[in-house]
Amino acid sequence: MAINYDWPSQSETKILGKRFNRLDGPWKVRGTAEYAYDRNLDGMLVARLVTCPHAHAKITAIDIEPAKRVKGFRAAEIINPVGTELQWTHQEVLAIAADTEEAARDCANAVRVSYEVLPHWMGDEDVKKAGEHNRVQPAEDKEDGDVVKGFEEAEVTHEGYYGLAMITHCCLEPHGQVVDWKDNGEIWVYASTQAVSRISADLAKSLTEDDRFKDVKANQIRCITPVMGGGFGSKFNIDTWGVACAKLSKVTGKPVKLMLDRREELAVAGSRPSDFGHIKVGAKKDGTLTAFEAETWSTGGVAGRGAPPLPYIFQDIPNRKTRHLNVSTNTGPARAWRAPNHPQAAALTMTALTDLAAKLDMDPFDLFKKNLGFTPRAEVYSAEMDKAAELFGWKQKFHKPGDGKGHIKRGVGMSIHTWAGRPHDSTCRVSIEPDGSVTAALASQDLGVGCRTAIAAVLAETVGLPLDVVKVEIGDSVLPPSSASGGSTTIGGVSASTRRAATHALRKLAEVVAPDLGVAADDIAVGDGKVFAASDPSKSLSWKDACRKLGTKTIAEMGAQPARDQGKLNDSGVGGVQMAEVSVDTETGIVKVEKMVAVQDVGYVVALEQAESQVYGALIQGIAWALFEERVYDQMTGAYLNADMEFYKLSGIGDIGELVVHMVQGPYDDRGVIGLGEPPAISPGAALSNAVQNALGVRVPTMPMTADRVLAAIEKGGLS
Amino acid sequence: MSLKKTPQDQDTAASKSGFSRRLFMQGVGAGAGAAGVLTSTAEAATGDTQPVGPDPVKISLRINGQAKQVEVEPRVTLLDACRNSLNLTGAKKVCDRGTCGACTMIVDGEPVYSCSMLAIEAEGRDIQTVEGISSSDEKMHAVQHAFVNNDAQQCGFCTPGLVMAAKALLDHNPRPTRAEVEKGLSGNICRCGTYVGVRQAVLDAASRGGRRGD
Repeated sequence: MAINYDWPSQSETKILGKRFNRLDGPWKVRGTAEYAYDRNLDGMLVARLVTCPHAHAKITAIDIEPAKRVKGFRAAEIINPVGTELQWTHQEVLAIAADTEEAARDCANAVRVSYEVLPHWMGDEDVKKAGEHNRVQPAEDKEDGDVVKGFEEAEVTHEGYYGLAMITHCCLEPHGQVVDWKDNGEIWVYASTQAVSRISADLAKSLTEDDRFKDVKANQIRCITPVMGGGFGSKFNIDTWGVACAKLSKVTGKPVKLMLDRREELAVAGSRPSDFGHIKVGAKKDGTLTAFEAETWSTGGVAGRGAPPLPYIFQDIPNRKTRHLNVSTNTGPARAWRAPNHPQAAALTMTALTDLAAKLDMDPFDLFKKNLGFTPRAEVYSAEMDKAAELFGWKQKFHKPGDGKGHIKRGVGMSIHTWAGRPHDSTCRVSIEPDGSVTAALASQDLGVGCRTAIAAVLAETVGLPLDVVKVEIGDSVLPPSSASGGSTTIGGVSASTRRAATHALRKLAEVVAPDLGVAADDIAVGDGKVFAASDPSKSLSWKDACRKLGTKTIAEMGAQPARDQGKLNDSGVGGVQMAEVSVDTETGIVKVEKMVAVQDVGYVVALEQAESQVYGALIQGIAWALFEERVYDQMTGAYLNADMEFYKLSGIGDIGELVVHMVQGPYDDRGVIGLGEPPAISPGAALSNAVQNALGVRVPTMPMTADRVLAAIEKGGLS
Repeated sequence: MSLKKTPQDQDTAASKSGFSRRLFMQGVGAGAGAAGVLTSTAEAATGDTQPVGPDPVKISLRINGQAKQVEVEPRVTLLDACRNSLNLTGAKKVCDRGTCGACTMIVDGEPVYSCSMLAIEAEGRDIQTVEGISSSDEKMHAVQHAFVNNDAQQCGFCTPGLVMAAKALLDHNPRPTRAEVEKGLSGNICRCGTYVGVRQAVLDAASRGGRRGD
């Protein structure tokens, strides 16, 4: 066959862009999928952390002796030694291993740690107060054009306050791993991770910083993660507890399991920064935007975090001035959370524009449309807005803000978003056996997004076989390396490396089979389980008979992303539109989601049903952070008050209303594959906040829009 | 920082009295203190109870139709006994305090948070775990088939609990409405956001609705 890497047109594909079940579905519904937490190795010990109860404290003494007297004690590893200044609640002090989970808990409880308690600061919303406590640092100042002139040109100006609270990842499988440091020096790490190919180097580097383990090499370490229970951006590294777990395994000569408990998971394993700010926007009477000004602040823990990209999407508004401040709080540090900085930027921009529309007496849909010229992809957004409006019934449902009768008021809101989703680096090995079996092998990982299934889809389509006969091996660092899964980079990377490897493997098969069919290798094609001559399809062999020609030889060919001159298989930069309808009970302050519509482009769709699932999931997560979810800290004590799943509230199945997802297929297929994890996770909060504004006629300024915040906004707005 | 440091020596664990709130709360959180009460159905009927613990006790659990002998401390939950002693790891430990439903098992026909039931409490009862409702990927329970067909799982960590809650719901109410499905599964939390598929899967398993995406 002539080598052609390009994606087949989806009008001709059997699998790509179509609906099919995910390959690991049966393992997950049957409970046979083996997560890190599920590993029970022979002689395995269980380890637990001892963590700091204070938000800010220096360790003055650590006494492990009482733990050594607990039955079942095996070993302890100090993570942060005496003298260390700890900066957030439940920061790690040490890890302790024992024979059983119960004994490990008893041991952890028996350890006595003394602290010099230091002053803490928890508050992020009241920037003035934070400033009085020296907790505010300027982070970024930007100015383009002339803002004073821009607001002079404006005929209508709106100024408002908006924000959203810090949230956490709350992965259902907590961070952690089982480490089995074997007698022969091999270190097997069963980790709940987003970065199978990175763990070996990461752990080796951390171990060598300790003199006892200074000779450890990365090639001793193998990471095994066939499935993992959620990451959302928080599971890229081995972390202190992973290093301690490995040391405990070496010291005790046993495999050791250390998984964070729920409180630790919520406290130390990642957060999404808050954002608050005063936003000012100006426009001509016809809605043309003339100026944007923002002063924002946020916390990502003790250290800073980047400024949100403002104004969001409408980035070319002629006159812009933005200022961002970092608030330092003694809270568990930020980690990437689906679409870092974008949900916040949308929640600060789309809300202010919607309030401006109200002042202009315009439908925000029309205001957004009018100003699409200030966005990087006007045509994409315009088409997607029309599609979303059609699926949602926007023009029928939109009314003037607060225009409903009765105490339960309905409202609608919208938001638009973007994300790059460029492909990451990936290598893949595709093998074809003489018995016809086909395998793609790469050290990628499936966070639950359907990565394994998507790789199988690419492989099966390329070799012309049904989805259920090809095999995919991922989640093992001995396989060809593939990058970490973050920033919606995976699908573009693994689909390209798999496509190229499969194409190379097929070419080898064609070279073997061509003489038998009496044609040139360039003339060989595959499809429907057959290998045939493209010029004369009557010259054909079944896939199995063709592979039998290999004799005893197995074909194994590599493919990579990036790769020069091997087809345009991926791209970056997508658009998306979301609309939300809510009903708000003005007596109780409870917001209920009635309907949400998401229209999303991702270039060439690989696995339609799994893509839709990711968008559904983003909407449902968005409902949680728009309505329920926030980390609550007590300024007086520094305590993290809701580090559990009872009061750290996520969406339940009854909270989601009717959700409609439309994946754009066709118009952008020739761009190739683009990542999907982040983009749909950006707009839900802004769309829901705007829907509440439309229902009430007043803005609930900060998310989550809990009943108390809704009632406070109603009271302030004079609505009864 | 401009604030003055205020040195203060504090212990994390037991205070001088030997009692700490943390220890107390952990005991309660796990379902019991050091000692427990072994109560079979017959003993409960006569009011005869026998204190056991804190050392491990031998108990017999009837799980998925089979008697399993296990030696556990009385404070050990049914969930931990299954996961740690019997290698039945389908039920997941997530919140560990009866909120999220990832540990759902069916005990005497009722869905139960196995993180909130002691193993010794479960003696003499009929315990069904996710491992017990199918024998192979090809021979799955109707609920499991429907979950797979409706893409009702992402990371999958909540999935076994949702499958068991859905099975218990359908055992009691074979033809639930959408509202009844939402109520029946309201005790199970999913982080990835699979509820659209889950809702459709349960209706599908009850032959009330077509496959998602149709």
